[in-house]
Amino acid sequence: MGRLRSTWPIWLGFVVSLLGLISYFLFFARFPVTRNVPWVNFLLFATSAALLLGGWRKVLTGQPPRGGKVVSSLLTIASLSIFGAFCFFIFYASRKLPAAIESPKIGQRAPEFALRDTHENPVSLATLLSTPLDPSSPSPSLPRGVLLVFYRGYW
Amino acid sequence: MTAFSNLGIRLVAISVDEPGVSAALCRKAGYTYTFLSDPDASVIRRYDLLHRGAGVNGHDIARPAEFLLDSSGVVRWVNLTEDLRVRATPEEMLRAATALH
Repeated sequence: MGRLRSTWPIWLGFVVSLLGLISYFLFFARFPVTRNVPWVNFLLFATSAALLLGGWRKVLTGQPPRGGKVVSSLLTIASLSIFGAFCFFIFYASRKLPAAIESPKIGQRAPEFALRDTHENPVSLATLLSTPLDPSSPSPSLPRGVLLVFYRGYW
Repeated sequence: MTAFSNLGIRLVAISVDEPGVSAALCRKAGYTYTFLSDPDASVIRRYDLLHRGAGVNGHDIARPAEFLLDSSGVVRWVNLTEDLRVRATPEEMLRAATALH
């Protein structure tokens, strides 16, 4: 138990680091305000760093000297790796998107298509443009435009 | 999303998800706009939005993108995000929709 008493800040620092990574994907990524610049998660990692530094001070200067350097080193390396993985995703992996060079540009006609909707009915772009938005209204009007939203899916 | 229909804009979401998957998503989230399925990514490829192996289990999926078309099907606004995490806000899309005559 002596070891645990001297290394608890390092354990906590590791847990906070893990929390910093997981909480982003499970929670903070849902809101643009915390997703675009993950400031909450950076705060968590800063807290983790503070805990690790404080913990090392205790381990290195504790009187009488208690053990725990090996565990502390492993936890510190793990925490730094977690932070590294987080940074990799935020600054690199999420920007690695294929360049859409041949995508329809402003002024071009969008390519025609026919895809199934949620009721398995085939729907064409021409239909989307020529079907009133609210057929049941007394004076149904054609859409002024169509917003095609391509998304990753698997949600 | 009613803001878009107030502006006369039809919202259409397209992904590789099968109709059943999209239907479940719509039910869960209460979406009422049109969801289209492109399971073999043929339309995604036609629009040059293919993101190879980026889906679960290494499936090919679409990279996120929005295209605002006018009533004759001509592209008037495009949003191709540079970062997966940063998406066009509804406000940005509404602004583009409002600028459509």
